[in-house]
Amino acid sequence: MISRGLPSRLGCVLLLALGLLAGAFLSPGAVMAQGAAPDISAPLAQLTTDKYDDTESALGALAVSGSPAAAGIVAALADGRLSYSPATKQVLIKTPQGGLVDAATGQPVAEAPPGVKAVRVNNRIRRAIEAASGTLALVNPDPAKRLEAASAVMRARDEAALPALDAALAKETDAKVKTALTLARASIVIGKAGVPEAERIAAIETVGAQGNQDALAVLRSVPADASPAVKAAAQGAIAGIERSLAIWSVGQNIWYGVSLGSVLLLAAIGLAITFGVMGVINMAHGEMVMLGAYVTFVVQELIRTYNPALFDLSLLIAIPVAFLFTGLIGVLIERTVIRFLYGRALETLLATWGISLILQQAIRTAFGPTNREVGAPSWMSGAFELGQLSITYGRLWIIVFAMLVFVALLATLRLTRIGLEMRAVTQNRRMAASMGIRTNWVDAMTFGLGSGIAGIAGVALSQIDNVSPNLGQSYIIDSFLVVVFGGVGNLWGTLVGAMSLGIANKMLEPYAGAVLGKIALLVIVILFIQKRPRGLFALKGRAIES
Amino acid sequence: MSNALTPQPVLLGRSGLVFLAVVLGAAVLVPALNLLTSPDSALHVPTYVVSLLGKYLTYALLALSVDLIWGYVGILSLGHGAFFALGGYAMGMYLMRQIGPRGVYGDPVLPDFMVFLNWKELPWFWHGFDLFPFAALMVLLAPGILALVFGWFAFRSRVTGVYLSIITQAMTFALLLAFFRNDMGFGGNNGLTDFKDILGFNIQADGTRLVLFVLSALALALGYVLCRFLVRSHFGKVLIAIRDAETRVRFTGYRAENYKVVAFVVSAMLAGIAGALYVPQVGIINPGEFSPANSIEIIVWVAVGGRGTLVGAALGAVLVNYAKTYFTSGLLAPYWLFMLGGLFVAVTLFLPKGIVGTFYDWRRARAPAPEDLAPDDLAPPDKLPEPKPAE
Amino acid sequence: MSNLFSHARRVAGRAVAGAAALAIAGVAVPAAAQETIKVGVLHSLSGTMAISETTLKDTVLFMVDQQNAAGGVLGKKLVPVVVDPASNWPLFAEKARELLAKEKVAVVFGCWTSVSRKSVLPVFKELNGILFYPVQYEGEESERNVFYTGAAPNQQAIPAVDYLMENEGVKRWVLAGTDYVYPRTTNKILEAYLKSKGVAAEDIMINYTPFGHSDWQTIVADIKKFGSAGKKTAVVSTINGDANVPFYKELGNQGIKATDIPVVAFSVGEEELAGIDTKPLVGHLAAWNYFQSVDVPENADFIKKWRGYIKNDKRVTNDPMEATVIGFNMWVKAVEKAGTTDPDKVIPALIGVSVPNLTGGFSTMMPNHHITKPVLIGEIKDDGQFDVVEKTPGLIVAEEWSPYLEGSKDLIADWRSPMNCGNFNVKTGKCGAQ
Repeated sequence: MISRGLPSRLGCVLLLALGLLAGAFLSPGAVMAQGAAPDISAPLAQLTTDKYDDTESALGALAVSGSPAAAGIVAALADGRLSYSPATKQVLIKTPQGGLVDAATGQPVAEAPPGVKAVRVNNRIRRAIEAASGTLALVNPDPAKRLEAASAVMRARDEAALPALDAALAKETDAKVKTALTLARASIVIGKAGVPEAERIAAIETVGAQGNQDALAVLRSVPADASPAVKAAAQGAIAGIERSLAIWSVGQNIWYGVSLGSVLLLAAIGLAITFGVMGVINMAHGEMVMLGAYVTFVVQELIRTYNPALFDLSLLIAIPVAFLFTGLIGVLIERTVIRFLYGRALETLLATWGISLILQQAIRTAFGPTNREVGAPSWMSGAFELGQLSITYGRLWIIVFAMLVFVALLATLRLTRIGLEMRAVTQNRRMAASMGIRTNWVDAMTFGLGSGIAGIAGVALSQIDNVSPNLGQSYIIDSFLVVVFGGVGNLWGTLVGAMSLGIANKMLEPYAGAVLGKIALLVIVILFIQKRPRGLFALKGRAIES
Repeated sequence: MSNALTPQPVLLGRSGLVFLAVVLGAAVLVPALNLLTSPDSALHVPTYVVSLLGKYLTYALLALSVDLIWGYVGILSLGHGAFFALGGYAMGMYLMRQIGPRGVYGDPVLPDFMVFLNWKELPWFWHGFDLFPFAALMVLLAPGILALVFGWFAFRSRVTGVYLSIITQAMTFALLLAFFRNDMGFGGNNGLTDFKDILGFNIQADGTRLVLFVLSALALALGYVLCRFLVRSHFGKVLIAIRDAETRVRFTGYRAENYKVVAFVVSAMLAGIAGALYVPQVGIINPGEFSPANSIEIIVWVAVGGRGTLVGAALGAVLVNYAKTYFTSGLLAPYWLFMLGGLFVAVTLFLPKGIVGTFYDWRRARAPAPEDLAPDDLAPPDKLPEPKPAE
Repeated sequence: MSNLFSHARRVAGRAVAGAAALAIAGVAVPAAAQETIKVGVLHSLSGTMAISETTLKDTVLFMVDQQNAAGGVLGKKLVPVVVDPASNWPLFAEKARELLAKEKVAVVFGCWTSVSRKSVLPVFKELNGILFYPVQYEGEESERNVFYTGAAPNQQAIPAVDYLMENEGVKRWVLAGTDYVYPRTTNKILEAYLKSKGVAAEDIMINYTPFGHSDWQTIVADIKKFGSAGKKTAVVSTINGDANVPFYKELGNQGIKATDIPVVAFSVGEEELAGIDTKPLVGHLAAWNYFQSVDVPENADFIKKWRGYIKNDKRVTNDPMEATVIGFNMWVKAVEKAGTTDPDKVIPALIGVSVPNLTGGFSTMMPNHHITKPVLIGEIKDDGQFDVVEKTPGLIVAEEWSPYLEGSKDLIADWRSPMNCGNFNVKTGKCGAQ
């Protein structure tokens, strides 16, 4: 086993895993049959030395001990509920209810001895815990647990686990678990010395049929001294997987691109209103996004303090709050500053730049310059596999959210009265005024709408980026680029612009790297503007100039 | 233009003469006060103030170059910092080569950052920078050629207004990212620094600092005269016409794009000179100079001083930077962004033509001075023409 | 070096008593002219670096406050002079000049990024000031006027890699960093070090990203792919401050757990983690010379006083803060030793000064102007703190010139007479290229 040239420490880990596996299968039959309670005092003593090596071997010994208490101790260690007293050498389990139990006797302990310390856990111990609980799970009555265990065994690819696997396979009735176990067995067989050629080729086929990244790793481990037929089979399988993965990776890159595109869309869509529709070169747009993110932070803090049960809904609550808050700030800015500057577009740049400095510093003074923690609700964490695509929930929801915001905004402009008035005022202010539209009020509402949209973008961006006073600055350039690329004054242009820039960026990145990819993209946009000086979706007409 | 027969005041105007007098006066007075007064005297100008003033003057020249194209051609460049930085890098590369074997690794040719990246030989684009005339040429050519290529493409395609502004911003952003890359061979984020001497003079010596200050003042004065000459000439009249109604200029038979390219290139070269004078005085050039925020700040200087007045641009640069220096020390340090931000908002609201523009208005309202029409007939219109679809 | 540890056992109270005694002896003449000593603080309070540097400004103010409460230095009160270089590198040079030439400060505590240090360096050399630089950095520098109280690469990176090799059996390495000089140098050193330990070239993946990189999907997926080659893989991250939050969020989202591919970071401390939900990150590592969770009385005392001063009982502490504290105490001690704040006397007096650090030991200023430090490896816990899983048994002396780099392997620094040189070439026997 150690002949693979592993250093001794890794060898120990493998030995341990073997021990755990063997123990798990032997224990029910061999040890428990005698009915005597196994002695676990030695491993328990090891748990009190505060050394990782001892903890690791204690875990191994506990797993093979067959003691009914072992599972509870391992679980307690995994949850950080295991402690010990250096003075009395007692190991204590804190029950989920809050009581204390002596690990050796299983009796409740009324009072903790003084100087109790937690048994420390590091990555190595965490892996040992996983291995131990995985091994136990191979004989777990729950098929889902057995399935997990099978994939854990496949990841470890330890030859010593083979007998255990065979035993489990023989007993297994669930078809799904059986497939997983077969696969795990095949993965081990491929790398094992002295396996008959036919069996190995069959194993290669089993693994090759998986067609994923893990299978590739297994197939690459075919020993150098394998027969030519085996090698050819492995090569063929590898080539096949690589071909299909290459196709999938295009899909994956498009997915990344769409996800980046929707982030760009969110960041830019508010600007498409304040800049695109109203003509205000709104340098404070990024700060509106930042304010939205800080609103999310405040909402989450309040929820944590007053009603933690609502935490999963915190983002949904934050969306309207952020919209109203940043919208209000937007209306305030419009009424106090912007309204004096209509028709002097370039001067709005100066004023909004000043406003952005003030807002940044205000947030820095109020919340401090450091990042603030915005947590992810459970429904936004994790990932799932779709074919060979790995889709993370957080990104998926952001794409959905960006599309919803886009549709809602489009509907507001197209279908509502205020939307109609906004379009009327921006198209012909004087005419609109003479039709009885309160243009001042509409201006304020339009700017408020754009700012509010920026605010809800901040809610989404708080999930993937820093919540710091600098948040807005990192999006402002990209936002302007998206709006201009798509064509000022056209929401569809913003959508298409954001998506094409996002996808182009992600398609370039694997070849050119993150930095060169971005540079190339900027150059492409500059060249594109030469070709279409008014963006993708230019407004037609003679009167448009300047 | 009844006063065209009196060329001198027309070329400079009253405010121009005052401006030149102030700049050239400073070029004489500041070194004199530095050298001739004792350090305890109330009139003494310490050397660090000389460097600071020198830096302001290079900023003023940079603002002047922006005002030339923004105030008189209507090109709002949000990427002018790029030309400034390129000029600065050209000078920085010369200064790096002058270090010679005095770098920390003692390599006779390679700058320190190349030694630590384990490069064996000088990249091709570093050759020649050990010669000052070549470096000086590059100070003009690097920004000039970039402006020529960029301007030629953009103006020929009639990219105007915010579209142009945003792609200039994209240009400087792309350069920022490129210069940040260590593989580019420009020292990455650390940039070029730890200069030793310039043309054989110790760069940290007080005398060198004074000379650099005087040179900056002269460059600003010459730059001003050049800009003033350009905008008063026939060429300048066409530029102003392009600013106010580009289509009409085109219809009258002018190749508007050629005029714009020339103005853009001249402006970029002025910015490059400003950068080249800036680097030895501050002692470092780093990709941060390419950052879009810096370019926006230049626009802010010009707007504060008064767009389309030249004098105002220079004044705005000095004032805003003095405010920055003043606010970033002492008790106000944590709140200086409030001051600066507030200043920008206040200027836009209450002095829409900037300080100098407002001053001209005030002077004209108080006492019409027919012999000095100079500034006002060049100022941009109060309002940009709005799209009027109904007409 | 005989004086190196002579002050080592002195406790703070006695140090103050000694200061008073020295003050009487040494201050009689200049005391009449000036009753205060100015201390410059050169940290960005606005712009991108404010996120990290503001805390250090507060730390210096806190230390000044403490020192004044204990009677000041040489019997004089310390007066802090705070300037804001606004994360703008030329402004750093301007402000440094202002502090030294106009304010005439006795010492400056400041800078975070390497470029800011490089920017002020000529100013400090020209005006003969003293700068204490409190952040871990790439090394490759030793200057007469600068004292480096942060870690050099061998005081952070190499022990961390050793830990991963020994304890996690890592065989395959991703070196991911932001594209600037610190990650470049650290990765170069690590690459050479790993190869010297027999790691093959194809088992090392190096990746650079721009500052503030926020879209990590592709890179994290690449890391995942690189890690599925059947060998234990780890990521060594020199990713700079702002980009870390999205990086860790993406790691969590794509389900990379510390038990699969551990990430060891050199720029992620308690302050950075305060902005992240750390539950998905439990077990990822960081290497520093100090953690807030270090369980010694000195640290508990410091945290208590700091939180009292800042009036926030949740405020975290971190490694650069400890480096600032050490630097400040060293300066105070050296001034007391020299009896004056004159840089020409204080600079030589600083060498050999030893003060308690906050991890229960002593740190000493070495002749190369760097300090000795213990190296601690911590695993991230779910409360945003670190669990110290390994501490080097002794103190590690900084290698300011890395032996793993081609250009610097022959260089040493020793600022004592007669060498008095920051880049002495042992091969040519000359200082620099003179």
